[in-house]
Amino acid sequence: MRTKLGELEKGMTGVIVKTDGPIEIRRRLLEMGFLEGSSVELVHVAPFGGDPIAVRIRGSLLALRRSEANFIEVDQVKAPAGESK
Amino acid sequence: MSTQLALAGNPNCGKTALFNALTGGRQKVGNYPGVTVEKKEGTRVAPNGEVIRILDLPGTYSLDAKTPDEEIARDVLLGRVESVERPDIILAVADATALERNLGLVLELKALDRPMVLALNMMDLARARGAEIDLDILSRELGVPVIPTVAVKGEGVDSLIERALKLARVPDVDTPEWVTPTPDDVRNRFHQVDAILKKAVRIAARPLVWSEKIDRVVVHPVWGSLILLVVLAVVFQAIFTWATIPSDLIKDGVEGFGTKVGGWLSEGPLRSLLVDGVIKGVGSVLVFMPQILILFFFILMLEDSGYMARAAFLMDRVMGKVGLHGRAFIPLLSSVACAIPGIMATRTIENKRDRLTTILVAPLMTCSARLPVYALLIAAFFPNTPVFGPLRAQGLVMFGLYLAGIVATLVMAWVFKHTLLKGAKPPLLMELPSYKMPAWRNVLYGIRDRAWVVIARAGTVILTITILLWFLASYPKAPIGATEPPINYSYAGRMGHTIEPLIKPLGFDWRIGIAFVPAFAAREVMVSALATVYAVEGKDENSTTEALSEILRKNWTMATALSLMVYFILSMQCLSTLAVTRRETNSWRWPAFMLFYMTTLAYTASFVTYHAAIWAGLG
Repeated sequence: MRTKLGELEKGMTGVIVKTDGPIEIRRRLLEMGFLEGSSVELVHVAPFGGDPIAVRIRGSLLALRRSEANFIEVDQVKAPAGESK
Repeated sequence: MSTQLALAGNPNCGKTALFNALTGGRQKVGNYPGVTVEKKEGTRVAPNGEVIRILDLPGTYSLDAKTPDEEIARDVLLGRVESVERPDIILAVADATALERNLGLVLELKALDRPMVLALNMMDLARARGAEIDLDILSRELGVPVIPTVAVKGEGVDSLIERALKLARVPDVDTPEWVTPTPDDVRNRFHQVDAILKKAVRIAARPLVWSEKIDRVVVHPVWGSLILLVVLAVVFQAIFTWATIPSDLIKDGVEGFGTKVGGWLSEGPLRSLLVDGVIKGVGSVLVFMPQILILFFFILMLEDSGYMARAAFLMDRVMGKVGLHGRAFIPLLSSVACAIPGIMATRTIENKRDRLTTILVAPLMTCSARLPVYALLIAAFFPNTPVFGPLRAQGLVMFGLYLAGIVATLVMAWVFKHTLLKGAKPPLLMELPSYKMPAWRNVLYGIRDRAWVVIARAGTVILTITILLWFLASYPKAPIGATEPPINYSYAGRMGHTIEPLIKPLGFDWRIGIAFVPAFAAREVMVSALATVYAVEGKDENSTTEALSEILRKNWTMATALSLMVYFILSMQCLSTLAVTRRETNSWRWPAFMLFYMTTLAYTASFVTYHAAIWAGLG
């Protein structure tokens, strides 16, 4: 299922399809490793509303806000265990 | 000139640990010309006896700089920084456990076409996590020598230097203008990284299981918040209890030294200057050193272990409500001990506006220098009646004063972020590095550097001003047969009278005005200044405070006391903070603005408080 990284829930995994956004942010996201084809897992969400989020990407754990994460399109590969969509 | 090496790498790759291992403490910390970026330089004696110079560049994810720190890292490498020689050799540092990201910068550095060696750091951790990296293939594919290192243990450091010095020097020719890479350039760079890793890495490092397990609790929305609260409680408990012993020792030492020096000299202006001016003034800064150092100890431990980024992650939403970055949380909290380390800790905030906002509001947090003043006023004007359970009125008032400081900080941060320092909310893109044991060398050197800043910078300014204030409070001398305390006849006394019309609307008389003069340098001086003005003499500090409470109760109304409390919550009465702000913002404009806005705020709020209190019948 095609969705945005910022719309994933805790425990979900995806493969990045497209990293977009204003050029400054796009470049920054790419430099941090949000590269098309890389797989990404949403591992943690912050308190008070689940934003920012922490994702595992290219061997690192990175924190970012959902607003920026929404510039990243992903193919969701797995729903969290015990949940079906 | 001797050979100059520069360390460059991603944040959290162990670059500073490597720098410490390379230089072994032969370091010098300064600033780059014209900016507030910290310049860390050190030396090492090479096997051939040559003294080589090593520069620790700020950590950066790419040469496409977003912050002043990253800009410096790039510009030094390009030889663009005035008065900084272009490095002869680049020591690139990469975290062997996160090559997929770290090698991006390495390729960028390689493209600069300068002599370069790659230190593959944290090799022990990578091996422990099952990584199998073929260093020969990696070196061949990257086109640079690769040396495995374990910086915290000093492993590989000698071979790294040896290999680096073997490189042929290239003359410092003008490199073509550096161009900002396009997003596609970045993509290609990482595709290249993937291609290299595919050849050189047989088995990639497994995820660090225990670190992930810790994170399941530490950044958990509920448990994580609770743990953060506990961590903060422990830190502050430590600051306020551990620091008392060394602080008291320093206080006694300074007093003893003052008495001793006083004994050597005969009564006169020189003795007064040395004992009441210099020694007391320097002592007033030194007394806070234990608190500041303990606070820095914890900050560095939390930073080095990887916890600090988690705290910023947890607090980003809350801080974001007033327009601040999650990273602003720690500096503001540090300011509860003292605004000086708080302001110095804002260096981790990338965005300039966010950093300035945090600096500007940090002194509104209730620092420990306000405590003696609050304690005096509370003891004098609030009975210690039980309110509910273990809660007592005096404790509640103290809590209220702290709370008022926090509210003022957040409100002013919101105001600045929506007016003066308005700007788009910068993105939060922050690495949460794997946990590790803090390296004692990183912590120790970090404390040393910061202690030096406090002593050297704040110390010199404080010293100058305390001498000036001593002069104002000591001259002219009281006339023979004077009935009042000598300070009332001095310039400070006259100033107290002069500013009386100005502070009268706040419920303050000329006596408070006099005490304001020395308290401008440091808030806590207010207590001893009031004691001087009211000519209170006590055997020791406690009896002085008690006697002073008694006098204040008789002389002041509740409205005056409340007004003074509000004034102390909001006003800028700390020269060291202004000096540090000057240093950290590299201009007099911001400390001047800080002084102006805080004084205006304090004046207005005190005015309202005083008149509201009178209206409520507390006059």
